[in-house]
Amino acid sequence: MSELVIPKPVKHKFFTPGMVIVTLLALNGLYFLAKRFLFGMGAVTNLNNFYPWGLWIGVDVAAGVALAAGGFVTAAMGHIFHLPNMKPVIRPALLTAMLGYTFVGIGVMVDIGRWYYIWHPMIYWNGTSPLFEVGICVMTYLTVLYIEFFPIVTERFRGKVNLPNILSIFNKPIEFLFKLFDNTLGKAMFIFIIAGVVLSTLHQSSLGTLMVIAGYKMHPLWLTPIMPLLFFISAICVGIPMVLFESLIASRSFGVKPEMEVLKNIAAYVPLLLGIYLGFKLGDMAIRKSFVYLFEFNKYSIAWLIEIIFGVIIPLVMLNFKKVLNSPLWLFIAATLVVAGVLINRINTFIIAYHPLYAKVAYVPSFGEISVTVGFICLMVILYRIIVMIFPVISLPVKNEEKY
Amino acid sequence: MSDNARRDFLKQVGITTAATVGLSSITAKADEYKSGEVQGVLVDIGVCVGCRNCERACQVAHNLPAGDPEEYHNRDVYKEFRRPSTHSLTVVNEFENPKNKLIPYDVKYQCMHCNHPACVSACIVGAFTKNRNGAVTWDTNKCIGCRYCMVACPFQIPTFEYDKAIQPKIMKCDFCFERTKEGLLPACVANCPVEALTYGNRDELLVLAKKRIARYPDKYIQKVFGEDEVGGTSWLYIAPVDFEKLMFPTLGDKPAPGVTEAIQHGIFSYFIPPLALFGWLGGVMWLSKRKKELTESETKKEEDK
Ligand code: SF4
Ligand code: SF4
Ligand code: SF4
Repeated sequence: MSELVIPKPVKHKFFTPGMVIVTLLALNGLYFLAKRFLFGMGAVTNLNNFYPWGLWIGVDVAAGVALAAGGFVTAAMGHIFHLPNMKPVIRPALLTAMLGYTFVGIGVMVDIGRWYYIWHPMIYWNGTSPLFEVGICVMTYLTVLYIEFFPIVTERFRGKVNLPNILSIFNKPIEFLFKLFDNTLGKAMFIFIIAGVVLSTLHQSSLGTLMVIAGYKMHPLWLTPIMPLLFFISAICVGIPMVLFESLIASRSFGVKPEMEVLKNIAAYVPLLLGIYLGFKLGDMAIRKSFVYLFEFNKYSIAWLIEIIFGVIIPLVMLNFKKVLNSPLWLFIAATLVVAGVLINRINTFIIAYHPLYAKVAYVPSFGEISVTVGFICLMVILYRIIVMIFPVISLPVKNEEKY
Repeated sequence: MSDNARRDFLKQVGITTAATVGLSSITAKADEYKSGEVQGVLVDIGVCVGCRNCERACQVAHNLPAGDPEEYHNRDVYKEFRRPSTHSLTVVNEFENPKNKLIPYDVKYQCMHCNHPACVSACIVGAFTKNRNGAVTWDTNKCIGCRYCMVACPFQIPTFEYDKAIQPKIMKCDFCFERTKEGLLPACVANCPVEALTYGNRDELLVLAKKRIARYPDKYIQKVFGEDEVGGTSWLYIAPVDFEKLMFPTLGDKPAPGVTEAIQHGIFSYFIPPLALFGWLGGVMWLSKRKKELTESETKKEEDK
């Protein structure tokens, strides 16, 4: 890298044809969301007494948490293990985590029948419940993420607070607060960074514990007591691919050259992680002898094979080739496969593998459920775009810098 | 990535995984649930005539729309297999008797009131309580409507009011907790015309059940359903055919929440593992930072030369 790369706000026009579609999809989701809150879960979802959990828990919550893992993975690799080359990706990953977890929180609120009681776990504790642990950890981690993001806000505005007219009397106090923050909380930031990693370790794995209690209602290809470990490792696996995925999309969308030097260096960690994951997954199958179910030809064995072949094995092989690491397109494909693999794993675990007694027809998400999930993803894209245009998140080569 | 970095990284990953595996393997014993106070009901499928009086009595006792008593004589409902729902906490299903078409098997279903209830263990806010008399009850003031109890229950019992936007409830048989408190029989038991349901101390009911099976060995199969299933349940069944034929799940004798609670205790025993992880990460952070600074200053020195 000859030129210096530093994070700074991106300059670009907001609406592109793609963004118009994204906005429309977000609005469609909001329509069904309104319907859910006005007329109840039954008016929008295909959930019933046999299938109490569906797309919203499987994708918005479980997959959402996993795909937001880039935040703690990059923080751990960069700030704690001090691995080289992590710097330029920590901020984008942090932003994704912050947005991702915000929407996980909103997703939970949408899915629980009594959304106005979402704070109940804070006062009514049940230590034997993995869901309780997930709830508490996610709430705390979300707070930690906002604290971790705050320095980016102060960096943007410190020394530049210039409110107009009458509000200008607040200029000094706000500057003072920013300064106070940088001098105190900023110094204690390492505590929050470690706390974020600990909290993530706990709830990423506890999400895997959730379905253990469903016991025989779960298909044995997925049900194992090491589900928490598998969830944790797969969350670590998907952290970097998610960063690659976003950086490549963002640079394309904003028309800047992707930082291939940086991306290919961090991508090199991925095959190792995927290998560890695959080892545990297959080793566990061998010990429990659950591989016999792969020889039955049904939706379970097909779902499992898709998850492992496309989500783990193919990207694992791909990322060993220099050609893949050096080409934005191939790198994007490999990263997308890992991301999709973890997404499919969460869908398989929470939706496909769960086959309750007595259900007459299998659950298929309704149009409304899909609309809400898609709508949330689109809202996240919109917010991501707004934030990187205001705050110094994405690292750009200084050479291209225009004065601002 | 340099070779050194890769090796360090591997080492650190190895330690983390080992720690997590270690945590999950700590097993906690599920506490024994033994109490002379535990009540139960013995359901004798060989006696039940499928009159559905229990269904109606249950609805009336819980202020649910019960409908006209006449409707309950219509045996057409048996054409379809039904499950307990938000408006009927117990239902009776009928199965054909291959040996004698005139005497079908009628089976009443409701919450089993497990000795180690999965719903109690799973609920995020602890809205379910296992009471001293065995009844598993639900607290509307705590429930957030997450429906994890429905995922957890091995008998697929809790149901949810999906059509309500405000205060949807989890509905299930509460063993007539309010009635038994006042010394009344559960409504279904009190209204059974043929004494297919017997209410009493669970231990005594087990003795009674085994006596009945022993006295009529041709009539009953050699099994009391609920004696050992998922660690035992308050409601017990004896029947003339295999329980799988009557749509009961095949369950082992291990309490449903066992594995989950073992994992939870492993990860959370007195907050020691999370704190240890915190400390370890802090140490790694400090050490790796020093190392990085050292290497950087060394490279500088070399550049200076
Ligand atoms: S049958 Fe289900 S709802 Fe009833 S006590 Fe057992 S776990 Fe709970
Ligand atoms: S739906 Fe209510 S009772 Fe059931 S697990 Fe959630 S909070 Fe507990
Ligand atoms: S015990 Fe009470 S709540 Fe349960 S089925 Fe009988 S009448 Fe209904």
